[in-house]
Amino acid sequence: MSVRLKTLVTTTVLTAAIAAPAIARDQINIVGSSTVFPFSTTVAERFGKSTDFATPIVESTGSGGGLKLFCSGAGVDTPDITNASRRIKSSEVELCAENGVNDIVEVKIGFDGIVLANALGNDPVELSLQDIFLALAKDVPNGEGALQPNPYTMWNEINPDLPAVKIEVLGPPPTSGTRDAFAELALEGGCKTFDWIKAMKKEDKAAYKSLCHTVREDGAYVEAGENDNLIVQKLEANPNAFGVFGYSFLEQNSDKVQGSLVDGVEPEFELIADGDYPIARSLYFYVKKDHVGVVPGIEEFLAEFTSEDAWGEDGYLADKGLIPLSDDERDDWAEKVKSLSPLSM
Amino acid sequence: MINFTQQAGFGLRRRKRAEARFQWAGRGAILISLAFLVVMFVSIIRDGAGVVWQSQIAVTVELSADEVDPENIGDASFNSILKEALREAFPEVDSRKEKKRLYGLVSSEAAFEIERQIRDNPALLGGMQTLWVTASDDADLYISGQVDTELPEKQRRVSDAEIAMLDQLLADGMAREAFNRGFFTSGDSREPEIAGILSSLAGSALTLLVCFVLSFPLGIGAAIYLEEFAPKNRMSDLIEVNINNLAAVPSIVFGLLGLSIFLGTMGLPRSTPLVGGMVLALMTLPTIIIASRAALRSVPPSFKEAALALGATPVQAVFHHVLPVAMPGMLTGAIVGMAQALGETAPLLMIGMVAFIVDVPTSILEPATALPVQIFLWADAPERAFTEKTAAAIIVLLTFLILMNLIAILLRRKLETRF
Repeated sequence: MSVRLKTLVTTTVLTAAIAAPAIARDQINIVGSSTVFPFSTTVAERFGKSTDFATPIVESTGSGGGLKLFCSGAGVDTPDITNASRRIKSSEVELCAENGVNDIVEVKIGFDGIVLANALGNDPVELSLQDIFLALAKDVPNGEGALQPNPYTMWNEINPDLPAVKIEVLGPPPTSGTRDAFAELALEGGCKTFDWIKAMKKEDKAAYKSLCHTVREDGAYVEAGENDNLIVQKLEANPNAFGVFGYSFLEQNSDKVQGSLVDGVEPEFELIADGDYPIARSLYFYVKKDHVGVVPGIEEFLAEFTSEDAWGEDGYLADKGLIPLSDDERDDWAEKVKSLSPLSM
Repeated sequence: MINFTQQAGFGLRRRKRAEARFQWAGRGAILISLAFLVVMFVSIIRDGAGVVWQSQIAVTVELSADEVDPENIGDASFNSILKEALREAFPEVDSRKEKKRLYGLVSSEAAFEIERQIRDNPALLGGMQTLWVTASDDADLYISGQVDTELPEKQRRVSDAEIAMLDQLLADGMAREAFNRGFFTSGDSREPEIAGILSSLAGSALTLLVCFVLSFPLGIGAAIYLEEFAPKNRMSDLIEVNINNLAAVPSIVFGLLGLSIFLGTMGLPRSTPLVGGMVLALMTLPTIIIASRAALRSVPPSFKEAALALGATPVQAVFHHVLPVAMPGMLTGAIVGMAQALGETAPLLMIGMVAFIVDVPTSILEPATALPVQIFLWADAPERAFTEKTAAAIIVLLTFLILMNLIAILLRRKLETRF
């Protein structure tokens, strides 16, 4: 090869490598929550198989990371859809707007129950939200209208009906969306059963939030990582411990663990769907309207996701552990998705 | 008069005992680490071995011209043909709930499998045919004996009704365990029974290819210059310290670098083996440079000096005489670096390779994932049947790691010149 030819080849290869992204994408790019990941991927796979469109790529980045990527720009080199296990925050909507992402379509897809489970072979326990708060918060009321560092080490110190075992709860770390939802629904739910704390919400919202959302750090709550399967395994090894994880893991491991009753309600599919079980959060995904029609297949993907076959009561997502919305709500959201009506906060 | 013999024998027994103690301690250390290794291997192989077998269920489907038009196979509804066949096999099932259980015995892929079998062999068309399709993950758990039937029904994934149906199928010879070819020939799936590792294996291979093409020439080039030609001064000391530091930098940092430079500034496509390979090349470079420099240093200086004395230029002396001798050591370093890169997930997370990808990538510009990422994703999946897949994927990864290290050792044995 002559020197000139070599230079030519090298330049061509380099330009090819650098210029490549300019070509349009032919598959949908989805990022976001690891909780929504199993559902999003199921729809993506079916969509790829049943249509002529390429199978969408689904990345598991976490809700916050996903929204950050989603809001980083409007071009086709940014994701089309982001999954979230919580609703988008107004700060994120602003970030999106700053980067030129204005029309966002919101889709609520269903619920996820968060369970407090222990190994089979123990008696199932019945907890109230207040019990959960008293067991896991960093500071708790001392009974005289003031706070004290959490003194409880045994469950029966909180509530004489509970077993006389050490408080030991394995749960997700603060980076996890499950942990956020658990703090908001379970801890805050128990926290505001105290009237004077509830009154605090109006006066000093920051103090109220920090009191109700802060988990104790003295070893009673063990951060067991993001992997829920690992928590199930640890519960098997330690019969006195409780674990905090998503409902689908309870369903898959019903031969190993059992869910505790919360406020008298069992964590069961129907009870979560009806809204009776108190620790259930909504799952969402967000779509860039500007990408509809640019990246092929987005509309068809949305139609597949919001079809009764997928998210309905007997749909394949329910088999994967997604708790469906009520009939009315499904109709409502499907209508919004069809007309691509933009998000309103 | 000093009695030398006595002095030499002084405390001899004690010294010999100390010697024996030390040797036993060494043997003990090796034994304990081997025991850990054996425990790890046994537990992984025990969990993953089941993947070799896969449960299948036979369905007798009607493939007459009414159901499937031979001219236009794609138009037929294989899903309803399959459901019809299952209802025929269990006519007593009538309630909606029971029917759902019945349909759940076969994989959601089964209808596609029937279609594929017909396309491969159109002679099947016309009349009734008994075809084998993949069983669902829960049915597979029961057939392979992983369901504890002693437990109360509520605590099992497989209900009494399903067990009765599966027992009947097994008794009639309509359910069997067959070799699971799909695990090695298909891509990822959310259905554990049809999920395979080919897509992540291909992704890993493409990524490593890019990594090798970039890091090997650059690495040995840098090593040769630094070792043989660079002047020894403050600057070269600084470079050396930095290279050693880079080798110890956590890999996620390289991922962040890749995110901001390769994806951000250069605008390369996300989730592709090209970017993955570039990031891993950054990570492997220090390893290769350090190993290559050590290999060059181990060549006796007399080689180079003799060449120079005979009138060779320094470049000739290095390339004709030093490099061929040092090459096995350099290759070994490169392979060890590659093996390290093969097991990396953290930097890939940043550049979008921790993703669900079904299609097997065929070029470095197509989205792909890698073997360790596949393990990570499967380990996180709720479905019980993925435990087996996870262990099997770990076995595949370990096999490749062992192969690569074996090649490194063989290369060294075969090519190395001893002085």
